[in-house]
Amino acid sequence: MSAGVLHVVAAGTLTTVQDRGRPGLAHLGVPRAGALDAPAAALANRLVGNPPEAAVLEVTLGGLEVVAGVGRWVAVTGAPAPLRVDGVARDLARAAWLAPGARLRLGHPASGVRSYLAIGGGLAPAPVLGSRSTDVLAGVGPPPVRDGTVLPLGVPAGPPMPHDTPRPPVPGPLRLRPGPRHDWFAAEALAHLAATSYAVLPASNRVGLRLDGPPLPRVRHDELPSEGMVLGAVQVPPDGRPVVFLADHPPTGGYPVVGVVATEDLWQCAQLRPGERVRFAVTPG
Amino acid sequence: MRFRAVGEHALLVEVEDAGSALALAAWARGAGIEATDVVPGAGTVLFDGVAPDLADRLAAWPGPGESAPGGLVEVAVTWDGPDLEWVAERWGTDPAGVAARLGGLELVSAFCGFAPGFAYLAGLPADLAVPRLATPRPRVPAGSVALADAWCGVYPSASPGGWRLLGHTDAPLWDVDRAEPALLAPGTRVRFVSA
Repeated sequence: MSAGVLHVVAAGTLTTVQDRGRPGLAHLGVPRAGALDAPAAALANRLVGNPPEAAVLEVTLGGLEVVAGVGRWVAVTGAPAPLRVDGVARDLARAAWLAPGARLRLGHPASGVRSYLAIGGGLAPAPVLGSRSTDVLAGVGPPPVRDGTVLPLGVPAGPPMPHDTPRPPVPGPLRLRPGPRHDWFAAEALAHLAATSYAVLPASNRVGLRLDGPPLPRVRHDELPSEGMVLGAVQVPPDGRPVVFLADHPPTGGYPVVGVVATEDLWQCAQLRPGERVRFAVTPG
Repeated sequence: MRFRAVGEHALLVEVEDAGSALALAAWARGAGIEATDVVPGAGTVLFDGVAPDLADRLAAWPGPGESAPGGLVEVAVTWDGPDLEWVAERWGTDPAGVAARLGGLELVSAFCGFAPGFAYLAGLPADLAVPRLATPRPRVPAGSVALADAWCGVYPSASPGGWRLLGHTDAPLWDVDRAEPALLAPGTRVRFVSA
């Protein structure tokens, strides 16, 4: 089968191409990027027979409409948005055939934030520094998808996979380990963090999950010289409101990190809506 | 060296200063320390994506004295920045004096951050340190040569920024199509020359 293209008729609020990102370049100031809900993106790829590193579309709050130039298997995972192919409803998390010229519409999700569309062969815009991921903070990688964007497709690697293991339906609190600067906060800061529920702020994006709640009391008030930051770092700026660093986080930062969210729980951060509440559970360092 | 755990897969190592951090990061890369990312900072090195025995392996670091100097890059500067007069006054000189004092220094890229290819250049004497703007400019043009505290820097792309702007350069600071995309990668020695 020859490679084809995917025409984006409507891009929705924010749709980006994402793969597993470009780790290893933080020392040059380059964020890692990559799909925010990595397990959902991996599942979408498995369903259409793609290797895990294939690039998918990360669709924020739905509103996507695409037409394939060639016939390909597709699958949508992540935030549960209504999916239609040429007007016919299709199941999520299941491979569906997208015939040449057929129109796929993804409505607005009833819950969650980010849906993932995988297509057989993967999306194949030119990689930048080894990855096809769009980074919204530093502007590395392909630009965000717009109405009218035409994306080249790779060559399908394998047959679609009809079944997969579903994700646990009810997420627990975000598991948190003590961070490198937890001692900049009062001794009870981590316990305080775990005893409180935080509201997700509308300013949350691919850079960070911004939270509102009682400010964390600090015992050190001096400036922290810039230091490297990890994915999942819970950074606390002077206003005391925590920010969980997500895939497009700056590689260095100057605010203390009180804790680090477990990698396995980061997908939840990708799906929390403004106004929803989140809790933390502290696990031993 | 002081070790601080960062979640499950990373370790932050505190050292004396930016020079020591750079030396440790360079040594770790040369010694084949396994890590997805090795990120020098102003006084730390972050090792991210590491094996549990990292701290033991880092014990072999001989210290900052052993590090080899990096390559030298000359950055041609046109001294026309909006804060040049302000810095000159603060340094008790005139704009030509600022260019001469900066041009007489050999700086070294200690670490990158803020934006791809934005290097924090160390080597400005402490008595020449200048405070940041109280309110950052909404847009600093690409190529702006700037100071903040005792750091020098060159903005690789247009962005907001609170550093004091002294001039500009046409040097290709960031190019993703180059084998080494950052012109001023950590360890690079830098000299400002007048364009």
